[in-house]
Amino acid sequence: MATTEAIDVVMPQMGVSVSEGTITKWLKQQGEQVEADEPLLEISTDKVDTEVPSPGTGVLSEILVQEGATVDVGTKLAVIGGDGASAQPAEPAEPVQQDAPPEPATAEAAAETEAASSGESPAPTAPSEPAPAQAEAPSTNGKTFVSPVVAKIASEHGVDPSQVQGTGRGGRVTKKDILNFIESGGQAAPAAPAQPAAPAEPEPAPAPEAAAPAPPKPALAPAPSAAQPGESFEPMSAMRKGIAEHMRRSLDTSAHVTSAIEVDMSKVAAIRAKLKKEYQQSYGVNPTYLIFVARAASETLREYPWINGEIRGDQIVTRSYVNLGFAVELQDGKGLIVPVVKNAETLNLLGMAKSVTDIAQRARDKKLLPDEVQGGTFTITNPGGYGTFHGTPVISQPQAAILGTYAVVKRPWVVQDDLGEDVIAIRPIMNLTLTYDHRLVDGALAGRFLRDIREKLESWDESAY
Amino acid sequence: MAELTYLQAISDGLRTEMRRDKRVFVIGEDVGVYGGAFKVTLGFQEEFGHWRVMDAPLAETAIVGACTGAAIMGMRPVAEMQFADFISCAWDQLVTVAAKQRYRAGTPVPITVRLPSGGGFSGGPFHSQNPESSFAHIPGLKCVCPATPEDAKGLLISAIEDPNPVLYFEHKHLYRRIKGEVPEERYTVPLGKARTHREGDDVSVITWGAMVYTAEEAAQQLESDGVSVEIIDLRTVLPWDKQAVLESVRKTSKALVLHEDTRTGGFGAEIAATIAEEAFEELDGPVKRIAAPDAPVPFSPPLEKAFIPQVDDVAAGLRELAEY
Repeated sequence: MATTEAIDVVMPQMGVSVSEGTITKWLKQQGEQVEADEPLLEISTDKVDTEVPSPGTGVLSEILVQEGATVDVGTKLAVIGGDGASAQPAEPAEPVQQDAPPEPATAEAAAETEAASSGESPAPTAPSEPAPAQAEAPSTNGKTFVSPVVAKIASEHGVDPSQVQGTGRGGRVTKKDILNFIESGGQAAPAAPAQPAAPAEPEPAPAPEAAAPAPPKPALAPAPSAAQPGESFEPMSAMRKGIAEHMRRSLDTSAHVTSAIEVDMSKVAAIRAKLKKEYQQSYGVNPTYLIFVARAASETLREYPWINGEIRGDQIVTRSYVNLGFAVELQDGKGLIVPVVKNAETLNLLGMAKSVTDIAQRARDKKLLPDEVQGGTFTITNPGGYGTFHGTPVISQPQAAILGTYAVVKRPWVVQDDLGEDVIAIRPIMNLTLTYDHRLVDGALAGRFLRDIREKLESWDESAY
Repeated sequence: MAELTYLQAISDGLRTEMRRDKRVFVIGEDVGVYGGAFKVTLGFQEEFGHWRVMDAPLAETAIVGACTGAAIMGMRPVAEMQFADFISCAWDQLVTVAAKQRYRAGTPVPITVRLPSGGGFSGGPFHSQNPESSFAHIPGLKCVCPATPEDAKGLLISAIEDPNPVLYFEHKHLYRRIKGEVPEERYTVPLGKARTHREGDDVSVITWGAMVYTAEEAAQQLESDGVSVEIIDLRTVLPWDKQAVLESVRKTSKALVLHEDTRTGGFGAEIAATIAEEAFEELDGPVKRIAAPDAPVPFSPPLEKAFIPQVDDVAAGLRELAEY
């Protein structure tokens, strides 16, 4: 290989709050020639997928992170050119193995669960976790940004910042870190022990290659046998794989329980009819039943912080805001995405209508930003469009609950007339379900939550919303 | 020492100078008979007479123009804008005449313009602004923004004493909310000298006016997280105490610039740029700004709360920097 300079391929930053990504597919194999800007691999951050172009031209000399693995932004994924190709003579002999799907075993799934729970914000929860450094060549430096003051202190004391354990964002070495390092006598360490230093934290235990013989746990794609007569194959999209993984993981994580309640939507229907024209003509949006439910839910969630909460480690996280996810169907049922309306508690009915219309449209147009599908604190799914009246949705991790809305159906309903006598009336009834994580939310709490939503919907106060 | 409100300290400073120096006089809308919209000059006309406490027509141009002329003739006028917002009417007199007179003709223009500024009480877009950055940009003007009663008195006396036009921004939200010990005798607080409001090691907040208290509450929140915050109260926005700011930033290596004025072109931008320019090698994180969004000040209380930087906003910004 004539290439002189080795070029590192790193996990790109896909949005301000995205701190990690999953490699879904290497489009080039080790030893293959790649051109600059040619698609090199596919990555997936939460549910937004993208191709990563090659940062340079040369031979893909080394793949450091295998398909299926989730790593921090900035982690070195591969090397193009350089001496890597010849330095690793043992490796290139096994392209077959690399083809064979994921090695991501338990550890990786666990790591991902953890990472997912650190959710949106700049993930300060697990700052001690620098990118898995194991497979890297000894000359690992610049894995994170070195600030001016750290660079200055490093040069004054002859210290290599990459030898210092970082506690800043994404494992960055802060001024304090390097000062502590120097103070504790950690003078310029020899270059080699970079790897032993890293595994100090137990979390991302086995790095890519070590995982090869791991138990065949993954639910995804066991090596397919040949097609039987009448069968045909179609590859699973990255999104489908993401959904499959997430659904399985959610059921493995939360103790799912579903409660349902029936809501008389007469009042909402009347207000809806009244608002419809104005909303459509003036704002181009529809005051759908869903919007009313969303509005009532975000209002109610303020009084039920645990239902808007999350279990993180052995802590319960509650919030002063509601980030409302909405399940949106894509590609005629072949995909699903959950864009998030941030700070939904601040929106009135019209604001909610506009936000939901906007994100749903952009979800279908594939114009969502990675940040817009993250950070949800509660989700609403609306499978009632085809007439279903009940369901048991799966919780979007790491949230605590998901609200299902179903078809509004005219039903004979016992109401009281003016004299207080029971009479049967025809009323539009909608079922709502709350599927909750019983680890955190008990049935009584869920019941009160549903009751309060029903109360809001049945006695809808126009002036308050 | 007596405990005075921020407003009483301003009155006290003004009264002190008027008793000491016969050249000092007050002019403004309703400052005489009525004692000023906020009662800063209550009782002044009785004590000093209507030639030294003059009610002016609703004409800021005339007020500042009269002050400029009187100053050139050797007087020490103190003008009151009923609200800082109204100073835009006097822009030409201040910027074209007062600020440049010394440079053009050699005559000093020792005027002080008192500007009740700032929001936090649903005053809406015409009664809540903090226009200090517009005037800090004009060579020849000085801008003072006291945060404490003690500074309010000492800085007002310095402003009156100063041979240049000085804009004295007094924050309305502090008027009666903030009390403090104020020396009874005459003293000055030098223009261009910052005050360390709170000492800390991890992050520096550079701010002034009412935001000093917002920063203080946020710093207290951060303290329980083990983050030690230093607060530099600039006191004077122009000239500003670059030395004090750079010294603090060199110590903490992280800076958050906070002001109530809107963000774009706010004076925080100047401070942030200077830090980047002169303390680059000492930084361990981005220089962060927290300011009001680029919009007029809203009337509605919840909107105004969303507009003016709140304790939680500042605490979040500090956390972000601390964790960086």
